[in-house]
Amino acid sequence: MANNEETFKKIQEIIADQLDKEPEEVKMESNFKNDFDADSLDIFEIINEIEDEFDVKIEAEEGIDTVKDLVEFVEKQA
Amino acid sequence: MLKITQTAHYVPSKVVTNDDLSKMMDTNDEWIRTRTGIRQRHVVTDEDTTDLVVNVANELIQKGGISGADIDFIIVATASASEAVPTAAAEVQKAIGASKAFVFDLNAACSGFIYGMSVLRGLFTNPTYKKGILIGAEVLSKYTDWSDRTTAVLFGDGAGGVLVEKDAAAGNMFLGEDLLSMGDLGDKITMAGTTNESPFNDGATADNPGKWVTMDGRAVYAFATRNVPKSIERALAQADLTLDQIDLFVLHQANYRIVESIAKRLGQPIEKFPMNIANYGNTSAASVPILLDELNAAGKIKRGDTIALSGFGGGLTLGTEIIKF
Repeated sequence: MANNEETFKKIQEIIADQLDKEPEEVKMESNFKNDFDADSLDIFEIINEIEDEFDVKIEAEEGIDTVKDLVEFVEKQA
Repeated sequence: MLKITQTAHYVPSKVVTNDDLSKMMDTNDEWIRTRTGIRQRHVVTDEDTTDLVVNVANELIQKGGISGADIDFIIVATASASEAVPTAAAEVQKAIGASKAFVFDLNAACSGFIYGMSVLRGLFTNPTYKKGILIGAEVLSKYTDWSDRTTAVLFGDGAGGVLVEKDAAAGNMFLGEDLLSMGDLGDKITMAGTTNESPFNDGATADNPGKWVTMDGRAVYAFATRNVPKSIERALAQADLTLDQIDLFVLHQANYRIVESIAKRLGQPIEKFPMNIANYGNTSAASVPILLDELNAAGKIKRGDTIALSGFGGGLTLGTEIIKF
């Protein structure tokens, strides 16, 4: 499985694509709600893409506020 | 071959706006609009499902210049009939005097109209049948918990339908089809559970999910956005067509964000995905035929257009019909 940096890069691309941002705008500490004005459906969409890309199952979208939360979730399951 | 000769729809006159709902529960117009695309919905006051269906059927035969006695069969796709028996279709048969017809209801929840199209296509292989009516109709307001803001904002009442006739001059109407159900995900949308009051009942309905509509929003969102694009692609492969050859994608109106996500996944411009969810909310089996009729009435679909119709929802069910209009 990819290391932390690779995981982040892929997740960064997925988020940037979904939220119409430049990849470099998506940082590890970015908060979906506060920094990107993303709502629950945006997060659903991002989680779906990540589940497909990494072949993982993310059940608890409640606990996902930042990019770091997602990266750590994927790393844990890898 | 076959042709959709008429389209019609009917919604109850009572309109409930997002602002109206914000006076009943802790919600607001901006929240509902940005997450669903819905601005208002129509709900019944003194009508029920049968009334909506009868209005559509009457309009179809009037527009077609035919009488009820000319109709060979009537299918009503609904999960919310006024009563289980007589069926909504039987009530319509009586109302329009379709004396030689056979009629029945079909329940595939939000995919009902699409599944109904497949059944209709099959029935027409019998050379005896020349004219059939398919109507999708729902009164979801009676199964909505109007104190639950997570579901009450989503649904609306309405009906829409088509008159399909055999026409020697018409080409193939049905070009490709894909139907798929996922019963193992059935608990993601539930509605209209009944209670067994038999003296012999010993827990037969104990784990029944109950009367009110419930929905696991994230699971349904993921189901729809992942599976509808695949369904459309499978139906296109069967039709030997490409995405670019589809003039319009008429999808079940559950949520504009789902439609946008499907368009993006298919790599098709959003302009090819007409929507009317703003005015009606999610009307389940009625949404596709209501939209089809509005597009037809506005001249936005033309004879010869190739249209992908897709439904998805309770069951869980999904399906696509590629048709030549």
